[in-house]
Amino acid sequence: MKQQSRPLFEVFVRSKRGLDHRHVGSLHAEDPEQALEYARDVYLRRSEGVSLWVVRSTDITASLESDVDSFLDPMDDKDYRHATHYKLPDEVDNM
Amino acid sequence: MTETSSPTDARLATFEEKVANDQRIEPGDWMPDAFRKNVLRQMSQHAHSEVIGMQPEGNWITRAPSLYRKVVLLAKIQDEGGHGLYLYSAAETLGTSREEMVQALHEGKAKYASIFNYPSLTWADIGMIGWLVDGAAIVNQVSLQRTSYGPYSRAMVRICKEESFHQRQGYEATMKLAQGSAEQKAMAQDALDRWWWPSLMMFGPHDAESAHSGQSMKWKLKRESNDVLRQRFVDQTVPQAEFIGLKIPDPDLKWNEERGSYDFGEIDWDEFKRVIAGNGPCNRQRLQHHINARQEGQWVRDALRAYQRKRRTRDLPGDLPGNGGQR
Repeated sequence: MKQQSRPLFEVFVRSKRGLDHRHVGSLHAEDPEQALEYARDVYLRRSEGVSLWVVRSTDITASLESDVDSFLDPMDDKDYRHATHYKLPDEVDNM
Repeated sequence: MTETSSPTDARLATFEEKVANDQRIEPGDWMPDAFRKNVLRQMSQHAHSEVIGMQPEGNWITRAPSLYRKVVLLAKIQDEGGHGLYLYSAAETLGTSREEMVQALHEGKAKYASIFNYPSLTWADIGMIGWLVDGAAIVNQVSLQRTSYGPYSRAMVRICKEESFHQRQGYEATMKLAQGSAEQKAMAQDALDRWWWPSLMMFGPHDAESAHSGQSMKWKLKRESNDVLRQRFVDQTVPQAEFIGLKIPDPDLKWNEERGSYDFGEIDWDEFKRVIAGNGPCNRQRLQHHINARQEGQWVRDALRAYQRKRRTRDLPGDLPGNGGQR
């Protein structure tokens, strides 16, 4: 009998209090609890963090690489949205 | 598990130790109820301020003097909406819902910054809002980047990155008026006269009078006191006004060589209390507009939900299936 592969989980670690959780990798597990324990055993072996999140990979909806140009357009032509666009005299430029 | 089974004293000691060591308190941590209430009140007030603050500026989108000023104003107001979102979601980490917060606002139980109860009468007011109101907000928010509640602190870091543009565009717009015709300069001066004092009020009561300050400072929710932040704002803003030839409307304003700071006059605290109590020039209008906008937009939220429900019952694709992070 062919074993079906266990679901994939994405792992996020908060490296220290005050910082966001960051994606560090993924692993297979039967359920979230097991994923959490595996993640601890793999990703937090040397005090890499103070908090772990695991989330089923299938629960993540990502933007598509093919859409990047339109979907994630940084609109660089609208540079008036950046502080550096506003040229102020030196006397008051520390704003 | 050990946390919940140990006595409150031990949990409190752990909490206080984290605060003392400048560690952030994170959502899952045990925290005293009063801390939770205090930080929630502060974040809710801050979030509502971002959103209500869109109104006095929104008043000028269709009346901006040029297409350029219009797109700048639109971009800035969009940012403010985003800032509201950062803060609402930070507040939601404490288990309260957006609906509850909005309802509290509509019932007058939750506050927002009083400054937005003043009207934006002329185009010069838009410059003042950016230069003074956002300038004052930045002084406060820079300090709050080190607030002890993690999600609030991270929201502040994101917001501060975007605020600099807001203040600079406001000052630049004001500078253009101040360097323009006599009428334009007079319009800028009139706006400064009206916005100066309310901007100083943004920092809240004097330290000795502030209801929440002592505890908030102890918990490092607030990192610097109202009066310290207000002084910093005055010291940085006075030279900016002088540089463009505008006069701060305060006869008592004077450089104090000894302190290395400006002395300034007393705020009209009766006005401050009156506006907070709901009797400023625009309090009712601001709240009613928010209620109306929410009601008028209800059909869009209803339609989105109905569409999702229909797809689900018919088992149609489009229920945003996860794509596994497109691995």
